[in-house]
Amino acid sequence: MTSELQPAALGGRIVRLAEKGRPQVRFRLDGADCQALAGDTVLTAVLISASAVRQSEFGREKRAGFCLMGACQDCWLWQEDGGRLRACSTLIADGMQLRTVPPETWP
Amino acid sequence: MTAPGAEKVVIVGAGPAGIRAAERLVQAGVRPVVIDEGIKAGGQIYRRPPPGFVRSPEQLYGSEARKAVELHTVFDRMAAAGQIDYHPQSSVLTIADDFLQALTPAGRKDFTCDRLILATGAMDRLAPIPGWQAPGVYGLGAAQIALKAQGVALGSRIVLAGSGPLLTLVATQLLKAGAKIAAILDTSSIRNQAAGLPGMLTRPSLVLRGLLMRAKLGRLYHAGVTLDRIETDERGPVGLCWRDACGRAHVTECDMVGLGWHLRAETQLAGLAGCTFDYDESWSQWLPRTDRMGRAAGGLYLAGDTLRILGADGAELAGRLAATACLADMGLASPDATSDLRRLGRYERFARAMARAFPWPGEMVRAVPDDTVVCRCEGVTAGQLRESVIYGGGEANRVKSLVRIGMGRCQGRYCQLAGAELIADTACIRVRDAGRLREQAPARPLPIGLWVRDT
Repeated sequence: MTSELQPAALGGRIVRLAEKGRPQVRFRLDGADCQALAGDTVLTAVLISASAVRQSEFGREKRAGFCLMGACQDCWLWQEDGGRLRACSTLIADGMQLRTVPPETWP
Repeated sequence: MTAPGAEKVVIVGAGPAGIRAAERLVQAGVRPVVIDEGIKAGGQIYRRPPPGFVRSPEQLYGSEARKAVELHTVFDRMAAAGQIDYHPQSSVLTIADDFLQALTPAGRKDFTCDRLILATGAMDRLAPIPGWQAPGVYGLGAAQIALKAQGVALGSRIVLAGSGPLLTLVATQLLKAGAKIAAILDTSSIRNQAAGLPGMLTRPSLVLRGLLMRAKLGRLYHAGVTLDRIETDERGPVGLCWRDACGRAHVTECDMVGLGWHLRAETQLAGLAGCTFDYDESWSQWLPRTDRMGRAAGGLYLAGDTLRILGADGAELAGRLAATACLADMGLASPDATSDLRRLGRYERFARAMARAFPWPGEMVRAVPDDTVVCRCEGVTAGQLRESVIYGGGEANRVKSLVRIGMGRCQGRYCQLAGAELIADTACIRVRDAGRLREQAPARPLPIGLWVRDT
C-alpha cells in the first residue's frame, strides 16, 4: 500500500506565523525525510509538509485533525512500529517514524 | 470513617476552575490530587506553549495576560512545593464510586478518592454543514489553540463561521498575527445580537472590548448569514457557500474553515460519575444539576464551563466555590462565599444574555440535506438518522444503537446536539425529549495492550 499523502508532492496546509526561531527536528513521514521545529506537536509537524494525517476509515475523505484539544480523536496516526498516537497532544521528537497508513507488516 | 482533613480529594482539570479549586484546598491544608491532560496547567483559554516558545504573555493572552500569568504562577508554585499531587498529560478514563482510572505517560494509573471535583471545561459546540467532514475544517477553538500554543494558522486563506464570542476573538487574534482571513460569517442576526445586549451590559467592559474588536473586523464580518455548504476537493475546502442576511448567495474561496457556535460543556466524566442532567433552553444543551456551590451529589462537585458556560472569570469563581463546598462538607473551616456567589450571579446573567445574542442554529441544522454527514467520526448522515427515527423512534440512545450516531471515537461530543435536533424535528418532539446520550467508559481511546499486560 502506498500513501497518497507524500509530503513533497502535495505540500502542507499549516502556515507558520510566529516562533520560527526554534531548533530543527528531523522525522520521517511515510518513509520521507521531513523537518519540523522543537515544540511542534506531531500534528503541526505533519501538516507543515502534508495535507492530512490519515485516511478516514468510514468515508472517502482524509483526516487532518479537528479540535486540537484531545476531544475529537480525529488526528490519530500510525508509527512505524504499529503503535498509534494522538497528533495534537504529542510533541514531535527527533527520529520519530510516522505513517499516514498502517505499516506494511500490519495484519 | 475518614478523619476530618484526612479525606482524599481529586481534582480533574487544571484550567482556571481546577487551579482555583486546588488553591483553596491547599490554603485549608488539604493536599489534592490534580489530574490534567495538558502538558502544562492553564486549560484551553490560558494554554501555554511548549518550552522554547518566546512570545510574551501579552502577545499570547492580550488583555487577559495578567490573569493568565497569575493562574500559572499560583499553580506552578503549588506543584513545585509539593502542595498538590500533580499528574499532567493524564486522562481520566473512567469513574466508579470512589475509584478513577487514568492513562498517564507512564501507563495506567488508578486513584481512589473520597471527594471529586470535576473541572473539565468546555469544547466548541458544532453544527453540521455539508462538507464539514473534509480535512482542513476545524473547530474555532482549534484555530485559537494552533495560534496560541504553536504560532501557526491552520490554512493560508481562512473562513471563520458560526456564532459566539470566540468568532470575533479568534478572527481578531488571527488577523493580528498576520493570518489571511477571507470572511467571518456569523449565523446570528444583528437583531438577535441587539436582543442580548441589555443583559450583557452587566459586564460593560467586556461588551465594549467585544464591540471594538468587531468594529475592527470591518467588511470581513457578516451577520445573519446562512451557511449552505463547504465545497471541497481531495485536499480539503476550496470554498464556502453562504447566503447573506438579504438572501443573496456568495461563495468565498478558502483552504481552511473554522466552525463553532459558542461552547458545549465537556460532561463525559460528570455523566460517568453519576450526575443528573437537565436540558437548558438558554444554552441549548444538557448541563449537570448542582446546587449554587457546585455540589452534584455525595462527594461530587463540578466547577467551571463543565457546569455553566461562564468563561474563564466565572470558572475561577466556580472553582473556588466548589472547593469551599468541599471543605465545608469535610467539616473544615471554609471562607464565606457570599460575595463570590453574588458575582457568579452577575456572570450568569451576562452569559445567558450572550447565549441569547449568539444562539444555537437549530433551524439551520433541521434543514440540512439528507446526505450531510452528522457524525464526523463514522460518516453517519442526516438521512440515515432521520430514517432510523421513522422506524425506530425518537430517542437518542436508540438512534445511537441503530445508526451509531454518538458511538464513534469522539463519543458524541460533536454530533450529540445536532443529532438531538434532527431526532426532535423528525419525531415532532422537543429537543429535550429526544433524550441525552448515556456516557460509556473509557472517556478517551486507550491502547488495549496497557490493560492486557497489567492484569
